[in-house]
Amino acid sequence: MKLEGKKAVWSEYQKEIADDNYFYVRSCIRQNFFPGSEVAFLKIMKEELKKDVYEHPCHTTCSGIGYHADVVPVDTAMTVVARQFAMMTEAGYKNYVPSCITSFGLYTEILETWHHFPEVEAKVREYLRKATGREFEKPQNLAHASDVIFKFRKEIAAKAKFKLINKNTGAPLKVVDHIGCHYAKMFPSKGVGGAEYPYVLAGMIEEWGGEVIDYPERRHCCGFGFRQYLVQANRGFSIACSKEKFESMKPFKPDMIITNCPGCPMFLDRWQYVINEMEGKKYGQNNEGIPVFTYEEVAGLVLGYDPWDLGLQMHQTDCEPVLDKMGIEYDPEMKHSLKSGLGNSRIKNLITI
Amino acid sequence: MQDIRFEEGLNACMNCGVCTAICPAAEFYNYDPRQIVDIVQTGDNNEIEALLKSEVIWYCGECMSCKTRCPRGNAPGLVIMALRGLSQDLGFFVESEKGRQQLAVKRTVGEAIINRGYCVHLDMITPELHPEQGPNWEWVHENRAELVNRLGGNFNGDGPGILRKIPEETLDELKKIFEVTGGLRRYERIEYFSKKKAEELDLDLDEGIDNEYFISIYKSDNGSHTKQ
Repeated sequence: MKLEGKKAVWSEYQKEIADDNYFYVRSCIRQNFFPGSEVAFLKIMKEELKKDVYEHPCHTTCSGIGYHADVVPVDTAMTVVARQFAMMTEAGYKNYVPSCITSFGLYTEILETWHHFPEVEAKVREYLRKATGREFEKPQNLAHASDVIFKFRKEIAAKAKFKLINKNTGAPLKVVDHIGCHYAKMFPSKGVGGAEYPYVLAGMIEEWGGEVIDYPERRHCCGFGFRQYLVQANRGFSIACSKEKFESMKPFKPDMIITNCPGCPMFLDRWQYVINEMEGKKYGQNNEGIPVFTYEEVAGLVLGYDPWDLGLQMHQTDCEPVLDKMGIEYDPEMKHSLKSGLGNSRIKNLITI
Repeated sequence: MQDIRFEEGLNACMNCGVCTAICPAAEFYNYDPRQIVDIVQTGDNNEIEALLKSEVIWYCGECMSCKTRCPRGNAPGLVIMALRGLSQDLGFFVESEKGRQQLAVKRTVGEAIINRGYCVHLDMITPELHPEQGPNWEWVHENRAELVNRLGGNFNGDGPGILRKIPEETLDELKKIFEVTGGLRRYERIEYFSKKKAEELDLDLDEGIDNEYFISIYKSDNGSHTKQ
């Protein structure tokens, strides 16, 4: 299909994304592996875009990883999610924004199930009442946090300090977008652009100056596979999936990878290290790896946030090649500093200017 | 078999095999989701029981790519989830190497959910259990509290924020939910049948993860699972 044709297909898959007043729920995986990303998301929403975002201190895991690793039964997962909705209701919010893609998929699945099987919703309400005494309203709007950044991609571009452009050549950076499977594969109409041509990250890349790479295994799973990674004996499956993607994208010479799922960037980052250890093979240019980013990290870099405040020092595959191409200054000495210093003051300056 | 996912995920499969063509697990394992749906659709209890005791139901990665492509709107991945639930509740999961791994999932992710309020927590992602995380992770893990807080987190702190301590009252609510909805019973069944299997295999199985049975199920691979 020609690019124009794809754009036409994308344009047919739009979803409603609330404009303000968000109830934000954190991701277990993102908090552990990319804490700087959740900090950046809230900073962008509150301080750059002046939006109201609320986090309830008593929200928990949605139990989604346990559900998809099959130790948590469906009724239990539904009732844990119902409790999350009760937190939202009690706080007076209606627009639910999860940080995690597994969570987003689970919320979508549950709301769809309740829609088609009202008796299941009634049963879960009774379970929640019995266990906690709580009641809940269903969200009026459910959007993944990447949907929200997509919605405000133009506002972020208007404030950009850096673009996804190679400062030495003036050429757009070549960017691979990797969409978490549970974003739209189960319910294509719930994702921006659907499942075949998701536009949620492609829209950010284009708006911020980059060029989206199309490649054969673009929609292939990163290989998390829940139990396929959680148990050490199964991790061959996980690395094989990522390797298939790297081999497929390599001929297109990507400068970077952007992801919207919290787990995918960790796997695409770490498996590059492992493949290099096993086979001495690297997939980036100049005998380097391909740097892998969360969309919050990329938004933060575009807005001029310090790379070490964004947490890029937690990646195994070095991100510096992309920073150099974009012309972002950074202090290598501060990379592994555990003290808030230069970086944070830079952010404060940016916010107050 | 009563599971909402059988209703959601299975309407008159015509055996076209598109699910198998798109399936990442079918590329890697000796696995064919089309066959599984076919067996379930026959309603043959003997065949289904054999399936519940087999390795094959544990190969799916639940990416749900099958759901996107099925021309009938079926979701073999949801059927697999229902089968796995049944296999655990009936105790059949211990009859396969891959099935036995469910104790490892229960004792890591499962217990983290009800004891900490997280599916995973930095404290448990140790370099020993996760060598693939690489040398940088050793630095991250060693300095986890300082690093998370340097990035703006609230490591094991009160109130909101990244990796905050989930309040005891909240954990009590989670445990009550698990009790009321059958979650704790699932955990107990996994423990019960795993202990019986450990005795049969003459492997030591104590609490936690530092015992012969856990290490065996976490690391063992008999080499029969993957395509050559």
